[in-house]
Amino acid sequence: MKTHFFTCKLLAGLLLAGIAGTASAQMTINGAGATFPYPIYSKWFDAYAKVDPSVRFNYQSIGSGGGQKQILAQTVDFGASDGPMSDDNLAKAPGKLLHIPTVAGADVVTYNLPGSPTLRLDAETIADIFLGKIKKWNDPKLVALNPGANLPDQEMVVVHRSDGSGTTYIWTDYLSKISPEWKQKVGTNTSVNWPTGLGGKGNEGVAGQIKQTPGALGYVELIYAVQNKMPYADVKNSAGEFVKASLDSITAALATAEIPDDFRFSITNAPGKDAYPISGATWILVYRDQKDPAKGKKMVEFLKWAEKDGEQMAKDLQYAPLPENLQQRVLQRVNEIKY
Amino acid sequence: MPAVEGRAHAKLEVPPPSRFADKAFEWLTLAMALAVVLLVILVGWQLARGSSAAIQKFGFHFLATSTWDPVAEQFGALPFIYGTVVSSLIALLIAVPLSIATAIYLTELAPLWIRQPLTSLIEMLAAIPSVILGLWGIFVMIPFLRDYPFPFLKKYLGWSGLFTGPIYGVSMLAGGIIIAIMILPIITSVSREILRSVPNLQREAAYALGATRWEVTRIAVLSYAKRGLFGAVILGLGRALGETMAVTMVIGNTPQIATSLFAPGYTLASVIANEFTEATTDLYLEALFEIGLVLFGITILANLIGQLLLRTLKTSSGTRGA
Repeated sequence: MKTHFFTCKLLAGLLLAGIAGTASAQMTINGAGATFPYPIYSKWFDAYAKVDPSVRFNYQSIGSGGGQKQILAQTVDFGASDGPMSDDNLAKAPGKLLHIPTVAGADVVTYNLPGSPTLRLDAETIADIFLGKIKKWNDPKLVALNPGANLPDQEMVVVHRSDGSGTTYIWTDYLSKISPEWKQKVGTNTSVNWPTGLGGKGNEGVAGQIKQTPGALGYVELIYAVQNKMPYADVKNSAGEFVKASLDSITAALATAEIPDDFRFSITNAPGKDAYPISGATWILVYRDQKDPAKGKKMVEFLKWAEKDGEQMAKDLQYAPLPENLQQRVLQRVNEIKY
Repeated sequence: MPAVEGRAHAKLEVPPPSRFADKAFEWLTLAMALAVVLLVILVGWQLARGSSAAIQKFGFHFLATSTWDPVAEQFGALPFIYGTVVSSLIALLIAVPLSIATAIYLTELAPLWIRQPLTSLIEMLAAIPSVILGLWGIFVMIPFLRDYPFPFLKKYLGWSGLFTGPIYGVSMLAGGIIIAIMILPIITSVSREILRSVPNLQREAAYALGATRWEVTRIAVLSYAKRGLFGAVILGLGRALGETMAVTMVIGNTPQIATSLFAPGYTLASVIANEFTEATTDLYLEALFEIGLVLFGITILANLIGQLLLRTLKTSSGTRGA
């Protein structure tokens, strides 16, 4: 009876493999979640196929909300999210869920001004702009920060993301930290009730509206601004330095931010002198106690590889790698996964 | 001819009348029709089930309040309902006269050789993916609207209150215009088919009475096809209410109710597309499901009103005929 059952399973398996068009005995590990790290994850999975041909990764970039939901429902082997999970959501997990940080990125303030000057902004100005208090480009606060720049007597058109996104999570997390008024009125989330501004869909929607509207200002991912050659502002960090957003200044933020043991950290407004203040990491979510020993083993091997060799590839794709000390801590955590 | 007669005779005799086949066919078609109805009911039921907690928590306030705050979990859908209705009405206002005029030209007036190419071109408009149209909207249509037609409207029609305030380009009006472009092909091609189905006898009779070309079109063709054309408009409205991608890219995505059509707005379909993937809390997701339920309800309501209007149209034309 048992063998009969086994044959049935085998037949069904073969049938499925036949449908999928592959006849090999490959193992597939399924993941879903954040869109922000999708390019580097696909690169990792591609490269890892050469390291261990017996395992294949299937990653659906359905958004962080979807990633959290699917890992909670255990329909995937790992989830991915651009923001750490809330206490409420974490409490719903059927087992202990680990946050494994992988890479980091940043939000930059970009704008449409004649001559595309590099502006300097500080926390208070950015909060005032997004709270709708600074309405014109020649506002005294902006002029005081940028004495050399030619700031016109023009309405400022604020543009923000309309779709829920990790980019907005980092942005609102930063504003909540530096402005008590923002924290109280608006708060931190993947999408919020904006006090002012127009909503653009995706980085491309925000960038499109800024490019098309003279006097517009908004925030996009660093990678997006770099690839599209858009100007972006240097931002004053908590140490009082004006810092340009770059992979190094993001890694500096990771190195100096206080990182709790469960890795549900935020690196916005990090204390370091070289730290870019509007930075954020992205996470892979896995259960500490893996149900399927074979899959669990492969998953751990992959995560170890990602934290060592994978991190080397980050910069080529414009992601900031984790600093050395954090990599070591993450590796320790990966070793705790049981299978 | 006897041969033909014989064949016809044989034809009548060959298929033995089978009650079973008839019945089976009837049941099969009935099952298909019921499946469609069932699908609609299932969609409604699923939406209601997915949003039950939000419905319980917010009740009627969901439809009547304007705050959409995912952080504080306060959800009110009024600005989205307003945006969906207004942008669809703007779209109809623009698309209906254009589509019906195009259909009249194509069936009544255009030289024969031009009809087919023109029809194909219009139908090609329907093949443009929504997201492409949206990108075109951001990069071509919005700057154009902002620099030429909008300032013109503001200058000459600003007194109406509909065309005031700062001009960003992205706006309720831009959303309406992009929907109009998207529903043009469907209204045009359905209208064209309807006008084509008007029997030529109608036209010939009117001409025989000495009517001019315009009179023929008005009396013989349009009044005959009135109900069908109305149906085409309702079909267009159905599409307009649900248009998502392109609208999202040009409407400005700001949940507010403003008199000025230059102000940015937001639609029900857009907020679902924007926020569903990253909604992490349960109540937030339920509120988005409820938005879907509201959109579903509005679509059904629009169709019902359409049916009712159609009925009055029928009786009025009946009395005129009598």
